[in-house]
Amino acid sequence: MPESNPHIAPRRINVGYLLLQAVNYAVFMAIVWYFSFSPPYRQLAENSAVVTLAFGHASKRVSECSVLTQEELDKLAPNMRKPMDCPRQRSPVTIELRLNGELAAREVLRPPGLYQDQSIDVYRNIKVPKGQHHLSVWMNDDSNVDGPTFEFEKTVNLLPAQRLVLSFDPDKNGFSVN
Amino acid sequence: MTKINPIKLGYRLLEGWFNFSFGPSWNPLYNLGTLTFFFFWVVLVSGLYLFIFFDTSIAGAYKSVEYISHEQWYMAGVMRSMHRYASDAAVITIILHMFREFSLDRYRGFRWFSWITGVPTLWFVITLGITGYWLVWDELALYLAVLSSELADALPFVSGSMARNFLDGQLTDRFFTLMGFLHLLGQPILLVFAVWIHVKRLSYVEINAPRGLAIGSFLALLALSLIAPVESHGPANLSQVPRVLHLDWFYLNVYPLLDYYTARQTWMITLGTTFLLMLLPWLPPKKTGKPAVVHLDHCNGCGQCADDCPFDAIDVRARTDGARWAHEVVVQPNQCAACGICLGSCPASNPFRQKHEPLVTGIDMPELSANQLRAETDRVLSNLKADTKILVFGCDNTFDVSALESDNSAVVKVYCIGMLPSTLMEYALKKGTDGIFITGCRTGDCYFRYGNVWLDKRFEGSRKPRLRARADRRRIMVSRGAEIDGARIRKSLADFRSAIAGLNASDHDPPRLDTDRDTQDAGI
Repeated sequence: MPESNPHIAPRRINVGYLLLQAVNYAVFMAIVWYFSFSPPYRQLAENSAVVTLAFGHASKRVSECSVLTQEELDKLAPNMRKPMDCPRQRSPVTIELRLNGELAAREVLRPPGLYQDQSIDVYRNIKVPKGQHHLSVWMNDDSNVDGPTFEFEKTVNLLPAQRLVLSFDPDKNGFSVN
Repeated sequence: MTKINPIKLGYRLLEGWFNFSFGPSWNPLYNLGTLTFFFFWVVLVSGLYLFIFFDTSIAGAYKSVEYISHEQWYMAGVMRSMHRYASDAAVITIILHMFREFSLDRYRGFRWFSWITGVPTLWFVITLGITGYWLVWDELALYLAVLSSELADALPFVSGSMARNFLDGQLTDRFFTLMGFLHLLGQPILLVFAVWIHVKRLSYVEINAPRGLAIGSFLALLALSLIAPVESHGPANLSQVPRVLHLDWFYLNVYPLLDYYTARQTWMITLGTTFLLMLLPWLPPKKTGKPAVVHLDHCNGCGQCADDCPFDAIDVRARTDGARWAHEVVVQPNQCAACGICLGSCPASNPFRQKHEPLVTGIDMPELSANQLRAETDRVLSNLKADTKILVFGCDNTFDVSALESDNSAVVKVYCIGMLPSTLMEYALKKGTDGIFITGCRTGDCYFRYGNVWLDKRFEGSRKPRLRARADRRRIMVSRGAEIDGARIRKSLADFRSAIAGLNASDHDPPRLDTDRDTQDAGI
């Protein structure tokens, strides 16, 4: 390590200048220390909790598989002649979350992918006051059905800073809270 | 005082204060790059020590960090604090480095490459810090993990939801393996590569901080680590949301945006700011002068210009013209800053050479050639009528020397004082100048990096082409300063003029000057 900048002669060491440098270092480190922790950031009010709606789900296909007639098969190229036609496109998913009867979140999610055939992913945080709340979730995942395909209702008591996860698994009776 | 924009004025005042406190050699603003490297050395060494005690599992990470902070506070705890504070200090030095280059207009023109490669480098540093905070696996780490995942989920090429990984019961130790790999190996390698690209167009890149500055910084870090040791937040609890966080604002300032904007908007704000910063060199662009040109028939391939070029724009290659010299020099025009330092380095720039009229040198500047420099010197000297004739040389990038022009002071402006051939000093003295007064950027700070350093070394005799001993050194004064140092420079000039007048009264023998010995030595 060079004693000083290799191109400039260092200044003779002097107690006065060393003290002055110490003051500069102190100011620098005070800035480092302060912004390393401060000002504190409050991301959640004192008496609040969070309801997290989080799940992945493959919605129903827009149309079911159908058997092609011979006439329809003849119109296709020989190598494309499969007897079953199964459209890949899935239905958009509509979800509504109500807290104590008030609409807290509404999402209309189109399945991703070129053919809109992939699962949708939901991740949404809703800040709510602590205490008792009545949750109701309404979801439609089938464009051939009017109205909800899944519904869920539950009264929960939320503690301050608690995260309540509302998840969904169609094989386990739909929605559940953790 | 010369008119100066408020940003530059602010920088110059800070620079002046540090020059007063530390001296130019240890001025932190002249050593921001090396200081940043020094802080990273502290981060590296302390990080390696911390890794010995760190448990890379979800269940063990927090406990091991608590052990580091409390059980072994005297060593590992201090190391942890130094690791954190040195990382923060590095962000300050990087931001000061950007502020310095911006305020001094050293980010446009030929410097565009260093600027646009420097901006993403800052992001490499920031993301390295973020993964470091994840490893603690406290409430802050969980906050960062969830919000970082939300940011990642908003990217069009990310399928699935990463954020759902951080819900109760869905996290495995593989997460920590990934984080450990990123923080300890992947990101540091990327950072070193980014820094290498950043300094690619520079020569004489210094990475070691001056010893005094390094010792002072280390002691300051140590003192802070002992006075205010770093503590973790509470342990990460996936079923709880931390209410108050003590964010490290140097690294984590983007995250609170997610409380006000969606993840996509946050990306747009941060990426937009980054692209805007990267575009700054063209808003508006700055024209760089015409690059240096080589006159092979006057170049012996000594390579002094290549040695002196601060921007690595000159290569020494095998001779192509059949001349008896082994080498020739080639200018890379896209890297040339048009500083003219090469002209000052070339032994053939000797103005005494009379074999070739006009004067042609080995490497020359198209818009201010060695011949034009000599002619301009002749012209301004012929206009001086006073008894004590002072010739002032100054550069374009700092205090405007035109303000020093008077009946007894003639001014010649050059791109950089490193452009001045040492022999031009002898020439001017022989032509009747009583004294030569040279300004230029503040000592330790040269617009073209090494112009004033090379000039000093040539005058001291430690770098070619040297100022020969027979040039009367008493009649040459170097007084450097910034735009705001006009009063001091004027006073130096007045004092110098008085001293020269005294010298004239007592010394009637003008210095004897040889003509072109340097040139003969060089064999041209």
